[in-house]
Formats: sequence, C-alpha cells, structure tokens
Amino acid sequence: MTSGRRQSYGVKGAPYAFLIPATVLFTLFFALPIGYAVWLSFRKVKVSGLGLGAGARKEVWAGFRNYSDALTDSELIDGALRVLGYGCIVVPVMLGLALLFALMLDSDKVRLAPFTRLAIFLPYAIPGVVAALLWGFLYLPDVSPFHFVLDRLDLPQPDLLDGGPLYLALSNIAVWGGTGFNMIVIYTSLQAIPAEVYEAAKLDGATPLQIALRIKVPMVAPSLVLTFFFSIIATLQVFNEPTTLKPLTNSVSTTWSPLMKVYQDAFGKGDIYAAAAQATIIALATLLLSFGFLRAANRRQKQEAAR
Amino acid sequence: MPITKRRRLFSKSAATTVAVALGATALAACGSSDGDSEADSGPVSLTYWTWTPGMDKVVDLWNKGPGKKDQITVTAKKQAGGDTLVTKILTAHKAGKAPDLVQAEYQVLPTLVSNDVLADISKDVGDAKSKFADGVWQQTTLGTDAVYAVPQDIGPMMFYYREDLFKQYGLKVPTTWEEFAETARALKKKAPDKDLTTFSANDSGLFAGLAQQAGAKWWTTEGDKWKVGINDAASQKVAKFWGDLVKEGAIDNQPMYTPPWNKALNTGKQIAWVSAVWAPGTLTTAAPETKGKWAMAPLPQWSESENVTGSWGGSSTAVTTDSKHQAAAAKFAAWLNTDDAALQALAKESGIYPAATNAQTSGAFANPPEFFSNQPDFYTKAAEIAKTTAPSAWGPNVNVAYTTFKDAFGSAAKNKSDFVTALNTMQDDTVADLEKQGFEVSE
Repeated sequence: MTSGRRQSYGVKGAPYAFLIPATVLFTLFFALPIGYAVWLSFRKVKVSGLGLGAGARKEVWAGFRNYSDALTDSELIDGALRVLGYGCIVVPVMLGLALLFALMLDSDKVRLAPFTRLAIFLPYAIPGVVAALLWGFLYLPDVSPFHFVLDRLDLPQPDLLDGGPLYLALSNIAVWGGTGFNMIVIYTSLQAIPAEVYEAAKLDGATPLQIALRIKVPMVAPSLVLTFFFSIIATLQVFNEPTTLKPLTNSVSTTWSPLMKVYQDAFGKGDIYAAAAQATIIALATLLLSFGFLRAANRRQKQEAAR
Repeated sequence: MPITKRRRLFSKSAATTVAVALGATALAACGSSDGDSEADSGPVSLTYWTWTPGMDKVVDLWNKGPGKKDQITVTAKKQAGGDTLVTKILTAHKAGKAPDLVQAEYQVLPTLVSNDVLADISKDVGDAKSKFADGVWQQTTLGTDAVYAVPQDIGPMMFYYREDLFKQYGLKVPTTWEEFAETARALKKKAPDKDLTTFSANDSGLFAGLAQQAGAKWWTTEGDKWKVGINDAASQKVAKFWGDLVKEGAIDNQPMYTPPWNKALNTGKQIAWVSAVWAPGTLTTAAPETKGKWAMAPLPQWSESENVTGSWGGSSTAVTTDSKHQAAAAKFAAWLNTDDAALQALAKESGIYPAATNAQTSGAFANPPEFFSNQPDFYTKAAEIAKTTAPSAWGPNVNVAYTTFKDAFGSAAKNKSDFVTALNTMQDDTVADLEKQGFEVSE
C-alpha cells in the first residue's frame, strides 16, 4: 500500500521535475537578460561636475527618454530605410531563385540532382563573415579579378561599393548564402507531395509547367510562408555583411543598419542605455512584422480552405 | 543576411551550453578568489588585461625576478585592443570584477577615470615621472595631482616616403604642409595614376594626431565645466587642408588597412604615408616587396619655424579601483614600464616603442628596424622627433568623437565634400553626448 502511494506521488510530480531544467535555463538565459535589457533601456547616467573621480557618475531613471530619442534619431530611421531597400531586393530574389531551383530539381528531367542540390546549398554552410570578406575582395576594384578582366577588355568597371550598386552588392552576398537553405526547405516539401496527385494531373493532360504552377506551388505554399517569415527576420537583423565590408569602403557607415547602430552605441559610444532602448524597439518591430505576416498568411490559408 | 532560424537555433543551444559551463567556472573562481583577499600580507596574485603580443613572456621575467622576491605573481590575459576592451573593462567594473591591471590607450584614460575605474597610484610609482617626457606623463595625470597610469608606449608621428620613387620623380621631401600639397600636385602631374598618399577616414587617431600637431585642444576644462574645441581654428585648418587635397584630386580618398591599400603601397601606387613610429611593422606586412626602399622624415610643419609632431597610438598600464592589491599592482606597472630589462623585453617580444625616454635609443633601438636597414639612424631620429610631441588634451567621451569622425569624414571623403562641415558634425555630436550624460559644457 505505502509503496503504491509513494509511487503515485512520484508520478504526479514527475512532469514538473522534467520541466525544471527547461524553466531554469529559460529564466536564466532568456527571460532575465531580456528583462535586464528592458530595465536598462529606462535608465541613463547622470554625471556631476567634471565627472572625474569617485561617485561622479550615477545611474538614474530616464523614463521614456531613451525611447523618444531612438524614435526621433534620424540615423536609426535612415538605417531602417536602408534595410528596407535591401530587403526589397534580397527577399524576392532569394525566394524566387529558391523556388525555381527547387522546382527544377524536382522535375523528372533533372540530371546530377544530388550534386546540384549540394552545390546550391553549399554557400549556406559558409559563415556570413567569411562570405562577406570573400565577396568584398571580389568587389574591390584594385584586387578584383573581375575588374582585372574588364580592364583588359576595355569595358567599364562599375564600383559596386558605392551608392545604389552597394545595395546590389550586399544583397548578392545574402542571396548567394541564403538561397540554398530556402531551396532545401521548399524542395523537401515538394518531395512530400504524393505521386498520385501528379498522375491525376497528367491524366487530365497538364503539361509539366502547368503541374509546377498550378499544383506544386500552391501545395508548397506553407513552406513559402515559412521561408518568407525567416527571410524577413534575417533581413531586419542584417549585421554581419555590412559590418565586414565597412572597413573596406567609405560607403558603409558604422550605423548602416539598425543593429549596427545598436552595436555602435553600446560598444563604440559606450551608451548601453540608448542601445538597450533601440534593441527593444527593433525586437518589437521584428515581432510585429513577422507575426503580423504569419497571421495574415494563416488567415488566407483558412479562407482558402473554407472555400 | 541568410541567418535563418535553423542556424540561430543551433547557435542558441550552443550558447546556452557555453553559458552553463562559464557559470560553473565563474562559481569556482569565486571560491578561490575569496582565499586571495584574506591573504593580504602573504603572496599576491594579480590579473593583467593586455593586448600587447608577447606580454606573457615579459610578465614571466617579473614572476621569476622581482615578483618572486616580493611574492607578487602577475598573470597576463590577452585581450582585443581598442574600444571593445574599454567596454569590457567598464562592464567588469560594474560587476566589481575588473582585473587588477589594464592596458589603456591614452585617449580613453579620462573615460575610465570618469567611470571611477582607475585608482590613483601617485604614492606607489616612486620616481617613475622622471623617466618620461612631460607631455607623455601629463596624459596619465589628466592635469591633476593624481596619477592614473604609467605610460608604456608612444606613437610620435612621422612622414614616411619611398626614397627611390621620390628620386625618380624629382620630388623633394616636404618640410611644411604647403610643400606637402605641392609635392602631391607635382606627382599627379608627372604620374597621373599615382598618389602621394590617401586621406583615410577609418582611423580617427590619425586625424586627432594631425590636429594635435597643429595645436588643437579638443577637450579642456574651465572650472567645473568641459570645453570642447574639436572645431577650433587649428583643427579647421587641418580639416580644410586635407579636404582641399581630396577635392582637387591631389591625393586618394580610400581608407587604409584594406587589400587595395596594401597593394597600392606594395606596388608604389602610393608613395608616402603620414604615420607614426610603429609604421615599419605595418609596412613589413602591407608592402613586403618595398623593403629597404622607404625612408622616414619628420612630419611636415605648419610654418617653417616650428618643430612639433602629434601622436598616433600609444598606451599605458593602469591599476583599477577593484584591485585589492593596488600598491602591488602599481609596483608591477612601474617596473614594467621603467625597468631596463622589462623595456628591452617589451621591445624584443612585443615590438613596442617605449615611452620611457632612456630606452628609446638603447638596446633593441640601437639598430634600425629591419625594414628600414637603409636608414641606420632611424631610432636616433625617432627619439629626437618624439621629444617634439605636442601636448594632448583628451576628454571623457573621445569614443563618441572618434565614432562620429569615421562616419562624418568617411562620407565627406567619399563625396569629396567640405571637411569642415564634417568637423562641425563631430563637434556637435561630442557636445550633445556630454550634455546628455549630464556634464556641464561651456560654450
């Protein structure tokens, strides 16, 4: 009897015991740091006198001052606009290419599919910083082999690290590195489509192109939504590529993207309070944008399902 | 950026594991450090954050020699240099866990003092003051009676040029900035695809040093108020000079320390460089094929009667307020930067140019750097130039001014627009930041 009761107690407590590690880790390494960052974003330093010597610097309550400063900071807003322009190039091109490659790999006529798949995927395995350095060297007129060839052929040599082309140059790095991953996601869900569907379509006289556009694309729509979602987040968080290209050119400022501005304020200017406020704003904007998109996509899917 | 969710998930779990592991070592460290603090009279062990290469070997000298006698053991912990170390020190200090000793560039000393990180070691450094030039020592006192650091290395600025190409193009080594501009134009006329040098906006220290030479005083105090003079007359003169050269195309406008810059130096596309005493080291890696073809001369002057230079780089050794053994730490700092054996080791292992005047021409500095074997009196000349270094005036937010410089001058250089406007931006941002922090700023 007693042993049975004890056993039942143990079973009752077991789920909580299993939850403890995850809860502790989540609290320690996720909730607490975020909470601390938000707390910092409402603080600021107050210096008295010349600020030299002990006790001259105090941390005081700042209210929403850091937030109002961040929202009126033209650099942060310009950075957001730059990233928007960059995203308008990266997301459609990357996902368009990923879908195209996935459909091509999925077609019956493809040769060397495993090799091609690996070749397209491989750039994703290269760290962003290394990719940016590699492309940076290819962009720099004085060391680029492309420019060398163009020079020999007496063709014009565009400076890719200046003005408008800079967006293309940065986007190219992201597209090069990200297409493979997105392709794999779409390709995997293409593989999951049952063969009967194609058979039925073929019996109805659909051409391969029609199968691709009318059957495959709608059926992988959830994957497209997913990859789009990831791409938006990745775009809003762009940091590695412009930061790596920064020392190579005068065209990329230290505050080119919003995250670079956060980094600059925290580690360049030593103002962690302003940086915390900006980081909070960026996190909120990312949440709003990405979940807003997810909800809109879900609603549409439900409507279509109901139809 | 193709950082997708999948990769981020991986890295997050990895980070958590690391964090757990770090937490465990931190706890272990807490346990052991308690033991240290109790033993104040007994053996002392100190931690030293430094980015100087080879410092562990110099520290070994101390641990086996004077340190052994005094029972003071120092452990050097290699750090990344520059701004990130300052942030790291400030963060560690916030937690009350800053190391006993830190390496700090001269221009960040006011920032560190203003955050109450650095201890006043004036009582513990003995007669160290006498070993340094006044202008160098003054940077570690911030004009007060306190001493916040012991100078380690300095970077007096000089003019480096390709001796062979200057001869080939019939150019004379400029002694004034006016001649410098004429030389740049003359070279453009003779070889349009070559540049005398470039104006680079990616190292604020260079421009700060040039302004310092011209007599600029960027931060000064008036009673309880700071005065910011980043756009003072001297700095405007320097900004306008370089801005005009870039605008008329007499010199290049691309940043330094890039692959194209290395190539330009290595192939003789750029034939001069305004730099500091540490330039031979940089040239050795950037332009290996030009070995023995360079020569060093004093920096051009603003008027013929003058003989001053600025400084670019250099650092000091400071003791933190978090250290429980400040006197012992100060003793090590003084030894490291004034003892002959230590300075020779620093020169040999780390390749630094010592701030201590008597070490500048002896031992390792009796012969020229290998890259400049064609100029036997390199270090004799360097020591003479070092004596002419203009006083510097650093303030509590040099980091802000430097950051603004990179962006403002970077875009001005790119667009070949007015450099004085960029200088005014730098001034405004620096003042705005001081006011934001609550400093009183006089107009």
